[in-house]
Amino acid sequence: MLSVSNLSKIYGSGCGLCLELTGPGVGSNICPKCHSIVACARIDLDVYPGEIVGIVGESGSGKSTLIKLLHFDQAPTSGYAYLQGFEDGQVDMFAVSNQKKRWLRNYQLGIVYQNPNAGLNMEFSCGGNIADKLIAADWYNYTRIRSRAAELLQKTELPVQRMDELPKRFSGGMQQRVQIAKALANNPPLLLLDEVTTGLDVSVQAQVLRLIRQIQSALQIAMVVVSHDFAVIRMLTERTLVMRNGRVVESGLTDQVMEDPHHPYTQLLINSML
Amino acid sequence: MTSYSYNYGFLDEQTKKEIRRKLLQAVAIPGYQVPYGSREMPIARGWGTGGLQITLSIIGKQDTLKVIDQGCDFSVNACNLRNFIAATTGNTVTTDTAEASIVQTRHRIPEEAMREDQILVFQVPYPEILRWVEPSERETRRMHAERDYGKLWVFLYEDIVRWGEITLSYRYPVLVNQRYAMDPSPIPRHDVPKLHQAETLFLFGAGREKRLYAVPPYTEVVPLQFEDYHFTVENFGGQPCRSCGSTSSYLNEVYDSETNERYFSCSDTSHCAKNSQGAIRHE
Repeated sequence: MLSVSNLSKIYGSGCGLCLELTGPGVGSNICPKCHSIVACARIDLDVYPGEIVGIVGESGSGKSTLIKLLHFDQAPTSGYAYLQGFEDGQVDMFAVSNQKKRWLRNYQLGIVYQNPNAGLNMEFSCGGNIADKLIAADWYNYTRIRSRAAELLQKTELPVQRMDELPKRFSGGMQQRVQIAKALANNPPLLLLDEVTTGLDVSVQAQVLRLIRQIQSALQIAMVVVSHDFAVIRMLTERTLVMRNGRVVESGLTDQVMEDPHHPYTQLLINSML
Repeated sequence: MTSYSYNYGFLDEQTKKEIRRKLLQAVAIPGYQVPYGSREMPIARGWGTGGLQITLSIIGKQDTLKVIDQGCDFSVNACNLRNFIAATTGNTVTTDTAEASIVQTRHRIPEEAMREDQILVFQVPYPEILRWVEPSERETRRMHAERDYGKLWVFLYEDIVRWGEITLSYRYPVLVNQRYAMDPSPIPRHDVPKLHQAETLFLFGAGREKRLYAVPPYTEVVPLQFEDYHFTVENFGGQPCRSCGSTSSYLNEVYDSETNERYFSCSDTSHCAKNSQGAIRHE
């Protein structure tokens, strides 16, 4: 349902040789010639309907950049992406106007950031944050917005009576669930999760992960899950991509990658697990 | 008193030309804020320089001028602007809305229905309606360009959550010609419906913020409202104006500290006077 090909993001001027001079082979993503940073290089990624794909890697490996590119938070340097729900998967979603990208973001995508500050407007109430997403999809009926927001809060196991409170008064785990409720508001076929459990304590982590699995099995939403934590990846995903220095160094079924890692970096990652 | 040292209408012809050109653009794109080179005027920015520059740019020798401040012809702001324009143009001035060809206003639309051959010029303090929700100018421009008004809607949503109704009493956001969200200037809600499909050309000038915009005659101007929470105008509890007895005009609540009495009176003074004499053209 999502097909990404040859996706690259270079921060800096770029010199044409950046992609050749960086990568896991040389152990760096900074181009020695022009000092640009190659965050993502020639990434290919396919997501099938209802599937959860994991992306794992250390900090700075380019996994969050990949998510941001897919959500149009940043513009790619080059590459294509086709989404089944947009023009029947025939039109490159990076090539369209900002208005169309906004439509895609509101109707086809949902995102949960690591930091709730990035995904929520802390000046708006919890219900207001959900309303934001609904209004973007042309909901102009106050009562219907309220009932939909309440329904989403129930689904994400948040107390409905706290709907009108500011999310900054909530705990980290609750803020994360508000983000998930907001991301689910318009029933997007694809959900992007960027390090959703990082920074939460273990019991809350478990709750959030359980919630994500419930949503996935109940709504059959496809997800791209980014994490540096193999435990999260193992629990949630069927397929995994391992990234390093902006490259995909290994990919395959999650079990396979974990039990029989081929790339030395993957082996290192697996061996580093507690 | 005629001034010999100034050009007709104070501004030089090049400046007027620029403003007129920008006004044409504003009329062509209803509700869009056109940047212009706001000039230094002999009054401080924020005291109506935007409206004043528009008036001085469009006024001709045959025009009759009226200036109001919150409906009143005789407040300091209105008097000074009127005297200044009269002194630098020599034009006829009036307090009668029906007689005027140009009306410059601060924060009101006259009660008397205006006609096709008249122009209403608004003094605007904050032209950017999205400033309620977004401090960055670059961001608000992007929002206008993409017609991305979600944040403004959430702002209204939050207002209903908190107070059970939309509490904005002035600068009520309107959507012009189904495209641009526009600040109608700080007119009361009572006046907002008058912008819709009006016979008159409305010009808005913000001197300090260096923006002007327009609503041409017969343009759709709709206040933002939820399907189940409608825009409403002010309610004075059916109280009439104490001077003219009008129940349909916008009223000021007045407190008399000597008699300890509260009463209402029309905000539009010239309309009130005419109404008392029974000389009003009703819509």
